[in-house]
Amino acid sequence: MICHPEPSPLNTETSLKRAVLLGMPNTGKSTFFNRITGASAFVGNWPGITVSFMQAEVTINGECAEFVDLPGIYDLNGFSDDEKVVRQFLEQFPVSLAVIILNASQLDRQIRLPLQLKALGIPSVVVLNMVDEAERFGIKIDPEKLTQRLEMPVALVSAKYGRGYFRTYQLISQALGSAVTPAVGLQTIGLQTVSPPEISAQTLEDMLAGAVSMPSQAAITVTQRLDAVLLHPLWGLPLFFLGMFGVFWLIWQVGLPSQDLMDQLTGWLQTTIIEPAVSPFPLLFQSFILNGLWGGLATIASFVPLLVLFFMAMAVLEDSGYLSRSAYLMDAFMARLGLDGRSFVMQMMGFGCNVPALMGTRVMRSQALRWLTMLVIPFSLCSARLQVFVFILAAVFPASQGAIALFSLYVLSFVAAICTAFLFQGIFKNDEPFVLELPPYRLPTLRQVLLRGWGEVRIFLTRASSFIALGCISIWLITSLPIGATGLDTIGGRIGEFLQPIMHPIGIDPYLTLALIFGIVAKEVVLGSLAVIYALNPTAISQHLSENLTWVQAYSFCIFCLLYTPCLTTFVTTLNESKSWKFASFTLVFSFGFAWACSFVFYQGTSFFQF
Amino acid sequence: MTLLTLSDLSVGAVAIVSSIAQGAHGKGLATRLEAMGIMPNKPIQVLRKAWLGGPIHIRVGTTTELVMRRQEAKNILVHHSQTPLNP
Repeated sequence: MICHPEPSPLNTETSLKRAVLLGMPNTGKSTFFNRITGASAFVGNWPGITVSFMQAEVTINGECAEFVDLPGIYDLNGFSDDEKVVRQFLEQFPVSLAVIILNASQLDRQIRLPLQLKALGIPSVVVLNMVDEAERFGIKIDPEKLTQRLEMPVALVSAKYGRGYFRTYQLISQALGSAVTPAVGLQTIGLQTVSPPEISAQTLEDMLAGAVSMPSQAAITVTQRLDAVLLHPLWGLPLFFLGMFGVFWLIWQVGLPSQDLMDQLTGWLQTTIIEPAVSPFPLLFQSFILNGLWGGLATIASFVPLLVLFFMAMAVLEDSGYLSRSAYLMDAFMARLGLDGRSFVMQMMGFGCNVPALMGTRVMRSQALRWLTMLVIPFSLCSARLQVFVFILAAVFPASQGAIALFSLYVLSFVAAICTAFLFQGIFKNDEPFVLELPPYRLPTLRQVLLRGWGEVRIFLTRASSFIALGCISIWLITSLPIGATGLDTIGGRIGEFLQPIMHPIGIDPYLTLALIFGIVAKEVVLGSLAVIYALNPTAISQHLSENLTWVQAYSFCIFCLLYTPCLTTFVTTLNESKSWKFASFTLVFSFGFAWACSFVFYQGTSFFQF
Repeated sequence: MTLLTLSDLSVGAVAIVSSIAQGAHGKGLATRLEAMGIMPNKPIQVLRKAWLGGPIHIRVGTTTELVMRRQEAKNILVHHSQTPLNP
């Protein structure tokens, strides 16, 4: 299937045939892309285009072809950045074939897109996805008639369940076989810009008459019955928060025990393989390998099961269609903060990782709304911070209270975002329209959920291997040098002591200060660094923390860790997305000050009442 | 035939789309709404309205459901249908 398993350097004047996937949002375009490209997809960047696309090289019909998954668009004439990017791509880069993915049950409006491509003269194949759903709506489609009218091959498929996939694959393969390899983009063949003609409602109707029959009445569907409860004006929100709590409970009850298993595995590897292997070397080198490299890596490894679980839960929320409904539920509230329901969805995404959430703010057109959303997203308790909190809270709280403490941090994460949005909504004033599509509820498949869990972990580990290893090695260096020094005599200890006038009032000792400094590189490093700072394995650190930290100190540390300067990658993404040094620096300074103030109030307040 | 805006419709009411006014957001939003299925002569129904002035949940045609703020709904002009969609 795959001709080049490794990402090859991009060649825009490629000799390969290039197929692009086009379609509206919520049509299962990415699911179809995954099916056709398998696991070979990688993130590609194109000269002059600000967004990166998933792409893959696939052998189809004995010939190597490139598939590019373009962002979802509503209209080729549309105003959003994604729509502009797609136009720009078609203008600049040669395309042999467009594979247009449409939602079969919404053909009455989506047929516009193939008509626009036809007007541009780009050879296309139309893939009507989600035929299973269309059947449930009672929609009847005659693909032969559509093929004749559109003068493009039309295939029916369910990308999710694979039905009709073979036939679709054949059609794409045939179309690609007869397509020529264009040498240039549309721009160079006379079409200066991609501006397809406006297509009237009448044209759409004529195109479909006799070929597609839509039901005349909306059936009472499962979706309607579920929405009656889940979007209920009174019960909707409590059910939403209950669902969120359920996800956290799952992580606590299933994720944590799975971590212990991983710890046992890495511990066993250390004693049976690594320790004997490094024993002939000098002590300093042994320490470097065991405490610097392995200590950090083992800690990261122990969180892989937790991450898989977390992103599987996110996949279920997203694929089921509930995530967009949460935008509806929250909008009345978000609008008062100068944000909109989509900001809330992005904030939710931020709970996985702030970085994709920041990139997702591109759907918002108004710069003010985007900036305000980007200012609050870093307060979302991302999975990297979750690792830190789970570990520290488990060390200082008994099991049942730990879950409550963790939940309270999630609440704080929301409260911080709300206060910030409220404070700054006057500065970043938003007048963006709010219109979202609510897809029907869909049962996520195991395949989709597992692919998501695995995909996110793969991305995390790619980041982890560079960021975290580097972080762990540098922290080993400053905590082991000068040679022979231990604890606060090391360089790191001195930095921690130097910062004491600031950190002492919030209950954070020099060791933890040091861990926080390295948390700026990436929050994941905080834990890896604790392993190195104390030169202990994860279980022993847990014991050490429970003996040396009061719960007030531990919680104050968590508050600070939740709110202070986002990780390096988050910062770089904010800078890239806002294209403003001023704004990006402001987010840094603001979050640091805010974190300190919150920890100070909590630590001093609690200490005052307790003692 | 009296013209109303979508935001005037009460929950459960069915109407027919007349046209989309350009409003404060100009042609961009009108084009987007059209691509989302809000086209003249399509039946449109308000399924529910969120409390506290929140967004409204609508169905246009038979298979597309959208949510939008009441502000945006004011741009969509509708008239009452002769034959109701859900009698």
